[in-house]
Amino acid sequence: MLGYILRRILAIIPVMLIVAIFVFLLLRLTPGDPAAIIAGDMATPEQLERIREAMGLNKPLLTQFFTWMGSLLQGDLGTSLISGTPVTTMIGQRIFPTINMALLTIVIAVAIAVPMGVLAAWRHRSWVDYAVMSFSVLGFSVPVFVIGYLFILVFSISLGWLPVQGYASPSEKGIAEFLYRAILPSLTLATIYVALIARMTRASMLEVLGEDYIRTARAKGVKESRVLFRHALRNAAVPILTVIGTGFALLISGVVVTESVFNIPGIGRLTVDAILARDYPVIQAMILITSATYVVVNLIIDISYTVFDPRIRY
Amino acid sequence: MLFKSRNFDDAKTVLTVNDLTVSLPPAAKAPPVLNRISLTIRQGETVCLVGESGSGKSVTSLAIMGLLPKDALFVTGGRITLSDTDLLEQSPSAMQDIRARRVAMIFQEPMTALNPVMRVGDQIEEVLESHTSLSAEERRARVIDIMEQVHLPDVERIHRSYPHQLSGGQRQRIMIAMALVLEPELLIADEPTTALDVTTQQQILSLIAELQEKHGTAVLFITHDMGVVAEIADTVYVMKSGDLVEHAPIETLLRAPKQDYTQNLLRAVPSLIPRAPRAAPGGDPVLKVESLDMIYGGGGFFVKRPGTHAAKDVTFTVARGRTLGIVGESGSGKSTVARCIMRLIAPTAGAIRLRDTDIAHLSRAQLKPHRQHLQVVFQDPFRSLNPRWTVGRSLIEGPVNYGTAPAQAMARAAELMEIVGLPRDSLDRYPHQFSGGQRQRIAIARAVMMQPDVLVADEAVSALDVSVQAQVLDLLNDLQESLGITIVFITHDLRVAAQICDDVLVMQRGVVVEQGPAAAVLANPQHEYTKSLIEAAPGRAWDFANFRELGAA
Amino acid sequence: MSHYAPPSSALQSVLRLFSIPSLAKLGVGPMIAAAVLAMIVIVTLLSPWLAPFDPLEMNPMNRLQGPSDANLLGTDPFGRDIYSRVLIGGRVSLLIGIGAAIVSVFLGLVIGLVAGFFRLADTIIMRIMDSLMAIPSILLAIALVALNGPSITSVIMAITIPEIPRVVRLVRSVVLTAREEPYVEAAIALGSSMPKILFQHLMPNTMAPLIVQGTYILASAILTEAILSFLGAGVSTEIPTWGNIMAEGRQYFRVKPELILWPGLMLSLCILSINLLGDTARDMLDPRLKKRGE
Repeated sequence: MLGYILRRILAIIPVMLIVAIFVFLLLRLTPGDPAAIIAGDMATPEQLERIREAMGLNKPLLTQFFTWMGSLLQGDLGTSLISGTPVTTMIGQRIFPTINMALLTIVIAVAIAVPMGVLAAWRHRSWVDYAVMSFSVLGFSVPVFVIGYLFILVFSISLGWLPVQGYASPSEKGIAEFLYRAILPSLTLATIYVALIARMTRASMLEVLGEDYIRTARAKGVKESRVLFRHALRNAAVPILTVIGTGFALLISGVVVTESVFNIPGIGRLTVDAILARDYPVIQAMILITSATYVVVNLIIDISYTVFDPRIRY
Repeated sequence: MLFKSRNFDDAKTVLTVNDLTVSLPPAAKAPPVLNRISLTIRQGETVCLVGESGSGKSVTSLAIMGLLPKDALFVTGGRITLSDTDLLEQSPSAMQDIRARRVAMIFQEPMTALNPVMRVGDQIEEVLESHTSLSAEERRARVIDIMEQVHLPDVERIHRSYPHQLSGGQRQRIMIAMALVLEPELLIADEPTTALDVTTQQQILSLIAELQEKHGTAVLFITHDMGVVAEIADTVYVMKSGDLVEHAPIETLLRAPKQDYTQNLLRAVPSLIPRAPRAAPGGDPVLKVESLDMIYGGGGFFVKRPGTHAAKDVTFTVARGRTLGIVGESGSGKSTVARCIMRLIAPTAGAIRLRDTDIAHLSRAQLKPHRQHLQVVFQDPFRSLNPRWTVGRSLIEGPVNYGTAPAQAMARAAELMEIVGLPRDSLDRYPHQFSGGQRQRIAIARAVMMQPDVLVADEAVSALDVSVQAQVLDLLNDLQESLGITIVFITHDLRVAAQICDDVLVMQRGVVVEQGPAAAVLANPQHEYTKSLIEAAPGRAWDFANFRELGAA
Repeated sequence: MSHYAPPSSALQSVLRLFSIPSLAKLGVGPMIAAAVLAMIVIVTLLSPWLAPFDPLEMNPMNRLQGPSDANLLGTDPFGRDIYSRVLIGGRVSLLIGIGAAIVSVFLGLVIGLVAGFFRLADTIIMRIMDSLMAIPSILLAIALVALNGPSITSVIMAITIPEIPRVVRLVRSVVLTAREEPYVEAAIALGSSMPKILFQHLMPNTMAPLIVQGTYILASAILTEAILSFLGAGVSTEIPTWGNIMAEGRQYFRVKPELILWPGLMLSLCILSINLLGDTARDMLDPRLKKRGE
């Protein structure tokens, strides 16, 4: 088991290396002068030179790569072209709102979606099933920001129950204030996640409910609720966990949009601001960090399969 | 052969089924799936329900359990009475209480019938939790007790094992323990030994008999295997497409079957007596396998893992026009040998001489000229033809690969269709329009199109009903007579081997334990393993096709 | 002899989808979805003739007006007719969606076939695909647009690249499963060449799942285009797309929510009907739902 975890952690290295190479080449392989791309059409030669200097663009490609990788390995993600602040500092300042909101979102999503999916599978082809499926297709089809603005329109502007925008840190302003401000953005962010997880839960449960051992459980005279939750859900868990992991990518793109809509000072906003300002070192760092998070989250989920399924032994 | 001949006239009736009719939803406008079935089972009696696939055996058992698939099958008439309880009148929760407490069931596939993520001890205990108010210690004691009754070794360890950690036979014992822990009046066993090897099957059958004796349980045993029926039944009911054809005490049924259907069913059961030896072969052997070794897996990046040694030093030869049977239980390596001969995999070591060329280590391109001499028929008739291709296109694939003009190949295919007993217009149709037996004929025709020297049949009749099986075996035999093909026939079924093989090779865990003429090996086995295989073959003392004891001329 | 005219198998499975009896079994949901989608497509295609105003024509005297007889949905901050802009906006959004779906399915199919069939290539390709999957698609797309400029082609490319790994995985897994089928082993035994097995036996298996996947990609590409534009990383703001109209509406959300709501509604309806049709296609093509050998 330990050996497996070790091997999996080692397996991250090539994946992240390819991501890093990809991110590095993204700028360098784009046709045209990278400095001009970053600086925009109106840049003066001095500005261009300053950018080349800051990003080391005037050196040979391999040298650039090794310098860049070297500093990456030392935890140096570069410096913002706009503010001159180290990117790590910028991220440190902005990461907590994002983490807090993401955690709240995952909790809400799983708590809503799994029971929804179980119910839909149990009452397959009933109105409950159709309602869950309709909600899930809808959740996939409406853009996050439209959902966000609809929520604002209904709950904040029309009903006046919740604030339009803004964020409160739970450590400074308390949990209640945090929830008061974070509930709308989290619900917005959770919609597509709920749609995804509910759909997978339903599909996985439907498959499991057709298995022989479910028939055995029923032949044993076991209560239906127990058949559903003790026998079926546990067997259906692995695909559900998997989709929570792969859905994490959706969560990341949702964060970028939601933070803009609700004006939350997290790393999503940081990314959008960096794009608009063509602050390439920040964009680069954000891609690396989110990819690493994605890989680590999925590693944890892979390892957690063993908890649910004793057949998985490494 | 000694049949059960107990008298149940005074025994209490446990289950009565009267005119049971089960139908598809009215919208389907189909005839009923079960048509007015009636049967009775008395205390301590074993009733066998036999029939081929689609006869309605399993539907009958699920109807008794009240577990018919929702929205798909409905009881539309009749009564099912368990002692004095009318099962069809029970509410869902009352029925739930009756299951396991008064009627229990075991299923065919012990791997899939147990919850893979729950310890087996807990799965047995769940029955007690659901139906009794025993304390945790009492429950545990009961579970351990029943596990001992089904003769599981090392009960404490198995109690906390997961299903995948147990063997097939152990899993089926767990299923039986689960079914019998509350001492139900009736046990329904739906093909409980079909997925098991013969030796395990024999143990499970005697276990069921032992526990039945001990608890006086009535048993409804569903099977397609006449050998098993002969071993265990008191009374037999024969079913055919939803109808009850005939029922009688076992000996009466086997000696004097009244209905044509029953007679034909019994005639199709292959005899264990090996076929009459054919004239000895002339000329050089067509296929020579020398010291074949196959090791799967192994290696590993960090830890050196041992591979699975699936075939060890396998050596044999087959002469033109003869049939060699490779016989063994699951895991014996017989399929590995077949796949090596076909060069679907490359053997680790050894030689495979096909007409004097060693093909064991040839590359893909080098193999091509030899492939046409070597053809294969697989077990699963539903997967061995490309579902998107017409039969004709599948049939001419091979010859066209070797340069035959499509039109010419198609003409040959049309002739072959007649030889294998299918209409000529079959060529324009798709595989899904044919039954399993018909598809197997098509697969055989596809192989014969290549005019091969050697035909490898990998469990080619195992997925078929006995009556269809007999026809396909006859077809293979006829083709061999007329074309002089050499057949390597892989099977787990000694009866089939006896029917078709000239020579037999017995494998156990990758090793050939015995080989020789079928008449010698099957009639007078030398190796312990071969002996145990033959002894475990159910109904081996009975000549089904002639309705009499074996050897009674 | 007419016997050996080979039926075009992939085409057949598609045609079977549209046959009258199978359509009749579907029920009303997919019918409505198909009708809505057809209407949106027709309206956006005919938009140059249907739009009452030039969608680019500014009129500073007529800013942020409410709905009127002349401007059915009112006007935007530059005095342009919202109704005309929403009609026209669909064209570019649909174009980008269809472009991205076709390109990613095609490239994914080619790479996936190679990965599924050649062991050596498989390891390398799948490593790269795993890494691509790890990069959040929206960030990757943003970076690609930021670097390549806000043209329609560059947005299509930016949406396509993150979708490719998903198609590759799908195709590869279908090929790997199909390879184990006895009919493929029989074809090997019949001496069929590798290309023949790959293209005639294995590839047709990927068609049904690819049709389904393609519709999902179409939906998600239209959605991604909108998000990119909304974040300011989409096609140039001079081109009216649903995303761009909504992006412009952000600042004016409190005064004029219609700027987001109308294009949002069109966009959602469009994606919704595509997704529903994708689900329908999946239910019809999913072999697990069909009885074996029926």
